[in-house]
Amino acid sequence: MKTVEDLERIRKQAKVMTKLREGGETTKVVVGMGTCGIAAGARETLSAIMDELARRNIQDVIVTQTGCIGLCEQEPIITVERPGEGKVSYGKVSGERARKIVASHVINGQVVGEWVIPAS
Amino acid sequence: MQFYRSHVLICAGTPCILKGCGAVRDAFITELKNQGLEEEVRVVETGCLGPCDLGPVIVIYPEGTLYEKVKISDVPKIVDEHLLKGRIVRDLISEGSIPGIIPYKEPVYFGIQERIVLRNCGIIDPSSIEEYIARDGYQALAKCLTEMKPSEVIEIVKQSGLVGRGGAAFPTGLKWSFTANTKDDQKYMICNADEGEPGTFKDRLILEGDPHSIIEAMTIAGYAVGATRGFVYIRGEYGLSIDRINQGIQQAESMGLLGDNIFGSGFSFKLEVKKGAGAYVCGEETALIESMEGNRGEPRVKPPYPGTHGFLGKPTVVNNVETLANVPQIILNGADWYRGYGTPKCPGTKVFTMTGDINNKGLIEVPMGITLREIIYEIGGGIPEGREFKMAQTGGTSGGCLSGEMLDVPMDYFTLPEKGSALGSGALLIMDDSHCIVDIAESFMRFFVRESCGKCAPCRVGTVRLHEIVKKVACGDGTYEDLEILEDLGRTMRETSLCGLGQSAPVPIMTMLRYFKDEFMAHIEEKRCPSETCKL
Amino acid sequence: MNVVPADLNNVESIVNEIVTRHEGNKHELVAVLNDVQKTLGYLPESALIQVADGLDIPLSKVYGVATFYTLLSIKPMGKHVIRVCESAPCHLLGANSLIDVLRKELRISIGETTKCGTFTLEHTSCLGLCGVAPAIMIDDEVFGNLMPDDIPAILEKYK
Ligand SMILES: Cc1cc2nc3c(=O)[nH]c(=O)nc-3n(C[C@H](O)[C@H](O)[C@H](O)COP(=O)(O)O)c2cc1C
Ligand code: FES
Repeated sequence: MKTVEDLERIRKQAKVMTKLREGGETTKVVVGMGTCGIAAGARETLSAIMDELARRNIQDVIVTQTGCIGLCEQEPIITVERPGEGKVSYGKVSGERARKIVASHVINGQVVGEWVIPAS
Repeated sequence: MQFYRSHVLICAGTPCILKGCGAVRDAFITELKNQGLEEEVRVVETGCLGPCDLGPVIVIYPEGTLYEKVKISDVPKIVDEHLLKGRIVRDLISEGSIPGIIPYKEPVYFGIQERIVLRNCGIIDPSSIEEYIARDGYQALAKCLTEMKPSEVIEIVKQSGLVGRGGAAFPTGLKWSFTANTKDDQKYMICNADEGEPGTFKDRLILEGDPHSIIEAMTIAGYAVGATRGFVYIRGEYGLSIDRINQGIQQAESMGLLGDNIFGSGFSFKLEVKKGAGAYVCGEETALIESMEGNRGEPRVKPPYPGTHGFLGKPTVVNNVETLANVPQIILNGADWYRGYGTPKCPGTKVFTMTGDINNKGLIEVPMGITLREIIYEIGGGIPEGREFKMAQTGGTSGGCLSGEMLDVPMDYFTLPEKGSALGSGALLIMDDSHCIVDIAESFMRFFVRESCGKCAPCRVGTVRLHEIVKKVACGDGTYEDLEILEDLGRTMRETSLCGLGQSAPVPIMTMLRYFKDEFMAHIEEKRCPSETCKL
Repeated sequence: MNVVPADLNNVESIVNEIVTRHEGNKHELVAVLNDVQKTLGYLPESALIQVADGLDIPLSKVYGVATFYTLLSIKPMGKHVIRVCESAPCHLLGANSLIDVLRKELRISIGETTKCGTFTLEHTSCLGLCGVAPAIMIDDEVFGNLMPDDIPAILEKYK
C-alpha cells in the first residue's frame, strides 16, 4: 500500500467482504474468544460448535471469533445471525448448550430463549 | 429448568393499564393455550416501555418487535403468525424504533453506553486487518500523514481535552507537545500495556479485541512527536494480547501501514512488543522504562520526566492503551465531536471494569461524569441476591473507598479526588454487606507488600507495617492506638514515598477508616466481626 | 514450560543461542531471561552465569533482575505452575476456598512443588481476569468462574 487511494480501495473491498458475511446468505456464529471467554471455557464451546456442525455435515455456516464485548459475567458468549434475522447473543454457553443451540437455532431457526442474554 | 423460546412483554405501566393491557394479556394467555404454545412462550408484564401514548404496547423477544395499540382482536393473529409461524405481522408493527425500547439483541446493558474506544471490540475479528480497515481503520493515520502537520495533530488532541487513562489524568496533547518540542535525533513512543491494577482488564480487552487501533494510534503519536520507533510493553501474563499485537504488527507491515515511508509521506515508524516479566510496579512509567532497558523495574526519581529523558535517556512518550485507543477517533471526528461526550472539564468516555458483588461483572464504556448509582443499578444489574451495597472502591486497589452516601457523586478525574478517592484505571470493586471491611483491607495491604519494589524505605517498610497492623485488627488483637498508627504511617507514606505505589498504598485504608471506622472498632472493642468473615 | 532434563545439560548452548537471538544487547536482559525461563523452566545458576557472560554484565545484576520479577524463578519449578490470584476482586469471590482445595489436592503449600515435580503452587496478583473471578492460571492457560469443586477435574488434565 502506497497511497491513501490504496487504503480506500482496500476498505471498499473489505466492506463488501464483511457485508457478504454479515447480512449475507449464510448463517454466522461468532464466538467471543477473549481471555475472559477462554477462561470461562470458550475453547470447549467453539470445538463443540465445530464438532456439532461437522457431525451433521453442515458446511454453509461461518464460524468466526471476536474479542470480548465486556459482558464477562455471561462468558462464554456466542452470537448467532441467520440470514435476514437479527443477531441473537447467548450467554454462559457451555459445550452442551452450544450443541443444543446449533441444533435448534443455527439449523432450525428456533431461538433458545432461555439462554439468550436477558434484556435487563 | 423451563425453556421459553420467545417472550411477550406486555407493558403494565399505568397508562397502559388504563388502556386495557390487562385484557390484552389475558387474551395472549388464552390464545397461547389454544395453540399449545404455553410451554414455549412466556408472557411477562413489564414496567413502562416508554411510548405511553401508543398503549397498550407489547414487545416480542428475541426479535425485539414492537406492536402498538394492540387490540384484543389482534392477538390471535400475532400468536398465529409471529409466535407460531415466526412471521412478523408487518401491518401491526410500528415503524422506526422508539427511544427507550431496546431490541433484545442489545440488552439494557448497552443502552447507556457510548462506545468510542471499544467501538470494534466484540464486533470485528481481531485477527483480520481487513475487518479493521472496513470499519474506517487507518483512515485517521492517512489523514494525519497526508493532510496534517505534526503540530496540527497535537493541537487537535489538545483541543479534545483528552487526559491520560492510565491513572494520572495528565493532558495527552500537552504531554505530546513536550516531547515534540525536544530537538533529539531519536525519540520513542511507548504504549503502557502493563495493566496490573487489581480489578482492571480494559487494556487487555482492547489489545485482544482491537489490536490495530493501538497500532494506528501509536503511529499517529509517533508522527506527532517525531518518534520513529515504538514499543508496546505488555505484561507477561497477557499471552493472547502479545500474540494479537504481534500478528497485527506483521499485517500492518506487510500492507505498508508500518515501516518506511508510510503513505509516501516520508514518515517511517517501527513497532515492537516488549514483554513484561511479572511486576505491578512496572506499570509506573519510569519503572517500565527501566525494565525495557534490562534492569530491575524500580521507578526513577522524577524530574526529569520521560518526555525529555526516557528510554535510553531519549525523549519518550508513555501512554496508556485506552488513552491511545481514543486518538484515531478524535482525529477522524474532530475535537468538538469528542467534547460532546462526558463533562466540560473531563470530556470523552471512560471504560470501567465492574468486579466483585455485582450482577453484570464485566466492562463498560460510558460518558465521563456518570454516577456510581447508574453504573451499579442500571448497567451493572444491581447486587446479587438483593443484598445491600456497602462499599465501592474506585481506581483499583490503590484507589479510595466510597460508602453508600456517595452513590450519586459524578465519576470523573476531578470530582472523585475531592472525596478522597480517584478514578484511576477505571476499576470498580463493589462490595455488599456480607463482606467484612477489615478482611478486604487486609487483602489490599497484602497486595502492596508483595508489589512494593523495595527501592525507597517509606514504601518498603511502610507497606509491611500497614499489613501487620491490619492483620492484627482482623485477628482481634488490635488496639485503638493501632488505628492512630495507621493514620500516621499513611500520612508519612503519602508524603515521602518515591512513586505512586507507596503514595497510594495507604489510600484504601485511610478512606476505609474515614467511612467505616465502626467496623474496625467492632473488631477491636468487641472482638467481633460484624459480617462474621474474620476468624476471631 | 516443560523441563526436559536433557536441556539442563545444554544450558550453555541454549543460553548462547538466546543471547545471539537478542544480538547480545544488554538492554534485552529481561527478554533474554524470559526466554531462558521458557526453555529451561527456571533459571539455574549456570544459566545466570552464562547470561552475564554473554551480555557482558555483572552476575550480581543478572541475579538482581532474575529475582525481581515474579514470572522468573531461580528455583526449579514443577512441570506445571499454578498461579492463584489473591487480589481483592478474586479474594472477595472466594479465592481462599480455591487455595484450600488446591493445597489439599496437591498436599503442598503456596510456594512449594509436589514431590513428583508435576505442580508448583503460587500466589499471584491480579491476572486481569476479574470479570470471571475467582481465576487461576496454569502455565499459559487461564481458568475463571471457579468453584472449589471444579479444581480436581482441571488438575486431572495436567497429570
Ligand atoms: C504503581 C503504578 C502503577 C501503574 N500502572 C500503570 C499501568 O498498569 N498502566 C498504565 O497505563 N499506567 C500505569 N501507571 C501510570 C503510569 O505511570 C503513567 O502515568 C501512564 O502510563 C501514562 O499514560 P497516560 O497519560 O496515557 O495515562 C502506574 C503508575 C504507578 C505509580
Ligand atoms: S483480581 Fe483476580 S484476576 Fe483480577
